[in-house]
Amino acid sequence: MLSSLSHKLSIALGQSQIITAKRTCHPPCFAQPCRGIKELAMQSNTNTLKVLSGNEAIAHGAYAAGVEVAAAYPGTPSTEILENLAKFSGVYCEWSVNEKVAMEVCIGASFAGSRSLVAMKHVGLNVALDPLMTFAYIGANGGIVVVVADDPGMHSSQNEQDSRMLAKFARVPMLEPSDSQECFEMVRHALDISEEFGTPVIVRTATRISHSSSVVNLAGFERRPRSNRKYEKDITQRVMVPMFARRMRLVLEEKVAKLLQYSESASIQIMENNTEELRPRFGVITSGIAYQYVREVFPEVPVLKLGMTFPLPKILIKKFAESVDKLYVVEEGDAYLEEQILAMGIKVEQPEVSFRIGELSPDRVAMLRAEIYGQERSQFAIPKQSDDLPARPPVLCPGCAHRGVFYALNRLKATVTGDIGCYSLGAFPPLSAMDSIVCMGAAIGNSHGMEKAGYKGRVAAVIGDSTFFHSGITGLLNVVYNKGASTIIVLDNRTTAMTGHQDHPGTGRTLMGEETTEALVEDVARGVGVKRVRVVDPYDLEATYNVIKEELDTPEPSVIASKKACILGGRIVVARQYGIDFDLCKACGSCLRLGCPAIEVIEASDADPKKRKARINPVLCVGCAMCLQVCKFNAIKETTY
Amino acid sequence: MTDVLNISLVGVGGQGILLASDILCHVALLTGKDVKKSEIHGMAQRGGSVISQVRIGEKVYSPLIAVGQTDILLSFEKLEALRYAHFLAPDGIAMVNNQEIRPVTVSSGQSQWPENIDDRLRNTFQRLELIPALDIARALGNVRIVNVVMIGALSNHMDVEDTIWRESIRALVKPQYIDFNLKAFDAGKQAGTTVRV
Repeated sequence: MLSSLSHKLSIALGQSQIITAKRTCHPPCFAQPCRGIKELAMQSNTNTLKVLSGNEAIAHGAYAAGVEVAAAYPGTPSTEILENLAKFSGVYCEWSVNEKVAMEVCIGASFAGSRSLVAMKHVGLNVALDPLMTFAYIGANGGIVVVVADDPGMHSSQNEQDSRMLAKFARVPMLEPSDSQECFEMVRHALDISEEFGTPVIVRTATRISHSSSVVNLAGFERRPRSNRKYEKDITQRVMVPMFARRMRLVLEEKVAKLLQYSESASIQIMENNTEELRPRFGVITSGIAYQYVREVFPEVPVLKLGMTFPLPKILIKKFAESVDKLYVVEEGDAYLEEQILAMGIKVEQPEVSFRIGELSPDRVAMLRAEIYGQERSQFAIPKQSDDLPARPPVLCPGCAHRGVFYALNRLKATVTGDIGCYSLGAFPPLSAMDSIVCMGAAIGNSHGMEKAGYKGRVAAVIGDSTFFHSGITGLLNVVYNKGASTIIVLDNRTTAMTGHQDHPGTGRTLMGEETTEALVEDVARGVGVKRVRVVDPYDLEATYNVIKEELDTPEPSVIASKKACILGGRIVVARQYGIDFDLCKACGSCLRLGCPAIEVIEASDADPKKRKARINPVLCVGCAMCLQVCKFNAIKETTY
Repeated sequence: MTDVLNISLVGVGGQGILLASDILCHVALLTGKDVKKSEIHGMAQRGGSVISQVRIGEKVYSPLIAVGQTDILLSFEKLEALRYAHFLAPDGIAMVNNQEIRPVTVSSGQSQWPENIDDRLRNTFQRLELIPALDIARALGNVRIVNVVMIGALSNHMDVEDTIWRESIRALVKPQYIDFNLKAFDAGKQAGTTVRV
């Protein structure tokens, strides 16, 4: 009996089939002439085919395109672009202190005639938008590509923003790859456009592009030689005082007009399944990852895949719309394409299924198919997850130093303005010691504002070290200058933990592995005029509690640096471990209030769930000894497993 | 669209799921297939639930597998197998590592671990293979090798030459660990044959 699955297994993986006919990759693999993946693999028998993530492919593309300067601040899902680019020799790569600085560094590189790449997540572009808006007027000398990675569905972000709106807002061209091969190609393409038209170019990805992997053909992968572009002084182009900026405003529109012409015939605007002889019932305009879902769900339907989505090719879109009876637009996020197409006077179908909120998926596109073909919704019921299973949320690691600070803040019943990082997990029970998270650096301004509004509770601002250097320093200076009394706790774990342990100004190392000046939180605080600067070891719960209490009760600005290296960084040696003496344990639950994943309640179905003794999981315990300090019955003791 | 093999690898952060899916991608590449993989980074190291999806075929568009279309659910942990059960196609195979990892919601007493989880697995999956990958990894001397044991078990369901699996493992693990990983692969493959349904 041949089940459909084993049939599929043999078709998908059959070794016997020998492909001799030339196949065409969809989308084109850009090899000249385009060759199918299998044929390439059989012919080359070399390493020209690789499975790369979108971020890895962007790094390869940037290297191949001759990028000489690259800058970024880590942010999921964009972080691996710079991490991978830094592995190539001959490219200067840096973790800038924030995205605005990274953008300015790359603008400087462009002034000097070098090709550059700046990468960030969607919210990073908010930070970098100021220089980008005016640089759009000035324009590029050396090519400059701005990679922005959106996070629809908020897998690891505080909001979902459609960055395509900002390309239109800044009036800079934008390319949208739909897989890793296109990531590799489009970075090169973007840099060519940048130099040809004298403009920065945005390459926009999303989580499912940056963090998905697919086959990339690296055939002919060679680094482009350095161009001979030179810096030439021209204040009318680069000094954006009003008299010059007014002229450059007009120049910008001239560039957009030329880019529009380019967009109409660019090789990355691709029509598929568009047969002349049969007038199809409907067609789809799409871009980016949405294209992949459209081809998956509507394999037979005519598609206009837009690789360049600012400026939009009006004539091409009109031509496509006229070739079909009904036009659908499938895009992830805002109605970016749809609104502009409607503004062209083209009718766009308005299905009930909406893709505006959250991440797009093949399931959601399948619901559109069901609607178009008149199927009942119930026939397309998507199987649901069991709802009675215990959740497995991410948690602060065993031995995480942030725990000591949150434990104290919980005891003090403080109102806590929080910030962006792993420590956002301190908001959840049992620590429950965070009241707000807005954006990078917001903790400090938020606490200052609450105080100035007359809020009477104890307010503490909590911010990580990398976040403090990113955009906390200006907020701190503001507190001092405006006679605030905020208590700012910097969770100084000596790394950018959330995004995977990147260096920052406080680590004393650069992205390229060189030693450098190590910035100290305490020195910066004193430098901007904070008189009360304290340093605590968060593993010492009583001292941490006392220092935080004292500073909260002092009507002056104060900075508490809570110093302890991140447990995940591999720099902590587990020297001892602890266990619970069941004879002494009174099942009071004190140790559970630390929220340490290593402390487990012993399961016993007949026991009163409120009176269950705890044990320590030796696989997870790293010997931080915080639990030892909260046990009132001395039941927790050093042990050997 | 139907001739694409969909494999979902699920488990708990830290179990080596991302390496396992990388090995699978490399195997696909060496067999001359198109392949796409999708996963979410970020909170994975902090003990959260992890899923990585691999799709293999002549031409693959979406990197995401539609719900209910997974052919093989390779689960590194029992609770996670139940959590992603709805991903599996009706005739799909669930391969589940015989390991239980309590989430913090259970260990802290907030929620209950499912009663009789083995029965529930049997009731949920028509085609279930319980793989003793943790025991095998322990016997080999390192629990961190569970991922390659699971890959070995998975290899029984795929019509791919042994040499290709071995070459892929060689390509993706550190040189000093190659022999150990190959041993784990063999042990997983052997174990997989004994639990076939």
